[in-house]
Amino acid sequence: MSDAVIATRGLTKRYGPVLAVDGIDLDVRAGDVYGFLGANGSGKTTTVRILLGLVLATSGEAEVLGARMPRSAKRVLPQVGTLVEGPAAYPHLSGRANLALFDALGSARRGRRARVDDVLERVGLGLAGDRRVRGYSLGMRQRLGLAAALLRAPRLLVLDEPTNGLDPQGIREMRDLLLGLNHEGTTIFLSSHLLAEVEQMCTRVGVLDRGRLVVQDRLASLRAPTGRTVVVTPDGDRALGLLDGRVDLREGERLVVRGSDPAELNRLLVDGGVRVRELAPERRGLEQVVLEATTDPHHVGASR
Amino acid sequence: MIHVELVKMLRRPRTWITILLLNALPTLVAVLLAVTDIGPQPGEGPAFLSAVLTDGKLFPLAALAIVLPLFMPVAVAVVAGDAVAGEASGGTLRYLLTRPVGRTRLLVAKLVSVIAFVLLAVVVVAAVGYVVGRLLLGGGDATGLVTGVSGSSLTSTQLVERTLMSIVYVTLSMLGVAAMALMLSTMTDSAVGAALGALAFLIASTLLLTLDAAAALQPYLPTRYWLSFVDLFRDPILWRDIDRGVLLQGVYVLVFLGVAWANFTTKDITS
Repeated sequence: MSDAVIATRGLTKRYGPVLAVDGIDLDVRAGDVYGFLGANGSGKTTTVRILLGLVLATSGEAEVLGARMPRSAKRVLPQVGTLVEGPAAYPHLSGRANLALFDALGSARRGRRARVDDVLERVGLGLAGDRRVRGYSLGMRQRLGLAAALLRAPRLLVLDEPTNGLDPQGIREMRDLLLGLNHEGTTIFLSSHLLAEVEQMCTRVGVLDRGRLVVQDRLASLRAPTGRTVVVTPDGDRALGLLDGRVDLREGERLVVRGSDPAELNRLLVDGGVRVRELAPERRGLEQVVLEATTDPHHVGASR
Repeated sequence: MIHVELVKMLRRPRTWITILLLNALPTLVAVLLAVTDIGPQPGEGPAFLSAVLTDGKLFPLAALAIVLPLFMPVAVAVVAGDAVAGEASGGTLRYLLTRPVGRTRLLVAKLVSVIAFVLLAVVVVAAVGYVVGRLLLGGGDATGLVTGVSGSSLTSTQLVERTLMSIVYVTLSMLGVAAMALMLSTMTDSAVGAALGALAFLIASTLLLTLDAAAALQPYLPTRYWLSFVDLFRDPILWRDIDRGVLLQGVYVLVFLGVAWANFTTKDITS
């Protein structure tokens, strides 16, 4: 348990006849950027809400930062920054006033101005801080929500779709900010339906499908070489003859060849007079992993 | 937490617009009375109104009597109905609770903020009523004595005391409405729904009070003793209905808040 930041055992939530979360065993460790993937309605948000003590589990246990939730909420949650199902703020107040009010819940007055200025600066709202939230774009509200989550320099960030509403530049800034925080030791639990986002940022991945956790592993292991090699060559026919039955798939100039040693394969092809344009061990993409693991794959990644 | 809720309430434009509107009707009434010099006959119209033409110092009470049956409950129901449901529909509730603010503490802070609003509204209505009454209406007789409801005279000290008691009594009456709306506010994410639910309850109560067949229920209806603060201006003070009103509102407030607490502290927050 020493480095478990989030650990659940048989976590279950039932709404009437519907099992929203079905006996999941999450394992998020210190230093992880954990990507929590799943289609809309797969139970991601319910799980996040249980972890934060907003929703009470029907059965099972949840530990966050080594303490039981929701029992230890008072001790645990001050160390957790959250962004759940979109940001929220009082529209008639400025971003700065919103953060100051939020900070006043549980933090001393001393240093408030500096804390608020600091997080506004970090999320790139330094100039817009004094404007009323009413006039903010969705992306600006998203940044303000993240700023609120960062106010207490949390050990764990629980973020639900943090790049929602951001433009490509904003997404990149958000990613750099989160990776920087992770580098400084913050564990990040990122729930998302965007495979590309998770693939670019996360070190570990959990995939939720209709309330069940169907995959949970390091991203690097999931994307381990498949034991096949991808060859791109304009001399497909010649290569086919040369490799004699080792070719599993041919799509235009792209061949998928059994055998995990590209160097050996390269020599064989070149010696046989085949021109090789590209040669690399085949890796599974996250999309493929998710598609294979989920029963209803059409929703996952659909909004990529 | 409590001071954060108070700051939020006081910085909200709605709070001040509501109070402004609450003062509009009594002020209009005062202007009409002053211009036309036609007061209602004693025993007709809102309490105290027949007396204010001769003595403007009674106008704070007339102003309270004017807004009490409908305007004040509407304002209170809107503010209290919004207390939790407004945070839920705005999405800020989940951030308050994960900050974390304990659910009981949040409810208490909301209650204090609603009480502060009620007190603020009642005091401002009384104060504006006093200013308007002194400026527009009769100045009373030179001896400084004011004629109470039962015809005998009240000294200025007595008048101030009894006006303050009225303010407390009216505030308590409004707390019954606030507790009802706050309870509904924990049950729905719709602030409007909670406010209208509380008002429906009051309208039902008002209706049953006019129905002889409901006589057995009437002592327990929330609006039954609302206007009993008038009895504070009898000589001697007629305590019977005031005592009952205080007790009844106390019971309503406790029951509604108990249900609100039981519901809110065990509920799944899915907003």
